[in-house]
Amino acid sequence: MTAPQKTACVEIGGIPIALSTTSDSFLELLRQRYDGFLSSSRPEFELEFDLTAPGPGSDDDVRVHHNKNDNDKNDVGAWILERGDFHARWDPHTGRGQVRQNSNPYSLDSVMRILHSLILAERGGFLLHAASAICDGRAYLFSGVSGAGKTTMTRLAPPDITLLTDEISYLRPKAGGYSAFGTPFAGELARPGENCSAPVAALFFLEKGPANRVDELSSTEAVRRLMRNILFFAEDPGLVEKLFAVACDFVDTVPIRRLTFYPDARVWDEVRKFDGHFEPNSNHNSFSNVEGVPEHA
Amino acid sequence: MPENSIYIARSSAIAARALAGEMMVMNSADSTFFTLNEVATAIFQAADGCTPLRDIVRDRICEQFEVDPEQAQADAEQFVTELSAHGILRVSDRPLPAETSQQASR
Repeated sequence: MTAPQKTACVEIGGIPIALSTTSDSFLELLRQRYDGFLSSSRPEFELEFDLTAPGPGSDDDVRVHHNKNDNDKNDVGAWILERGDFHARWDPHTGRGQVRQNSNPYSLDSVMRILHSLILAERGGFLLHAASAICDGRAYLFSGVSGAGKTTMTRLAPPDITLLTDEISYLRPKAGGYSAFGTPFAGELARPGENCSAPVAALFFLEKGPANRVDELSSTEAVRRLMRNILFFAEDPGLVEKLFAVACDFVDTVPIRRLTFYPDARVWDEVRKFDGHFEPNSNHNSFSNVEGVPEHA
Repeated sequence: MPENSIYIARSSAIAARALAGEMMVMNSADSTFFTLNEVATAIFQAADGCTPLRDIVRDRICEQFEVDPEQAQADAEQFVTELSAHGILRVSDRPLPAETSQQASR
């Protein structure tokens, strides 16, 4: 006799997903991991977990590709998500998927992030490698490579700042701009974000330096940096094109600056000073014939 | 028609977008980015597959940018060689048929 499925509905970014398992202990892990993001909304999507023997996460590269199994014509269009510690199949048409993984929470987070990146790509949103926080009712994003200062910015935040995430920002188009949502995906801070959202006021690309300073970026440089920091794994040129168009729209809509900062609390004065009035990201004239920089979404 | 005519066409596997006066082009197969200046943008936009590169240089580059025709032709050929190596442009010694475009250009 098969054990009954138990379900927790997790709503991140306003997208409720039902996560089902027969394991009581895994259900408890889900509930603890996504506490604050549990929802009673009707799920838009469903993921069913089939657990393997306990094991660690994996440092292997993630692969996300369309199912190429010619023997299953009904499965055309489904996504296969795989890494050393998980293998998942996701059908965007039915909104249902199956995950085979061990009970490691890092594997769970990875599957959830990939799934959300696929859903968002179809809806004009994206996940960004960035910290984000709400200040005076508006969301500020702080992006950069590991060590650039994302977690530092959140640690330095004054008490009236609402943390959305110190690692993975969740962005969706809304009312002529973009909204940032809190996520449970934590970085070094090891603390989930608040489950709330706010319109995006600005995106700062972080660099540490001897003093605080905000500089403009050319639109092309902004798109280049943005694409470099968007989390996207799918091997699908069509979706990459969509993402590029979304990144260009984001740069057209949201002020993007470089924030060089000395790591003390005064950096938040610079953020507060940035009033967020829309100014087109500046044009940087290049006279080179062609400038090619290989990067990956 | 001269035998050494070069015809260029934009690949269908790219996305392009004009941003604040600059053209960004991305090869969607490998997410490689290029930023084109005004001259390169003029050539890229004129790459219709049926106009010889020599005519593009004469009509779109020399007239608009007041550059030496021989130097402009040499620069254009180098530019075309670079972009074709990255899958952004298709190059042929005869007119190229149109590919189904998936560009996000605007």
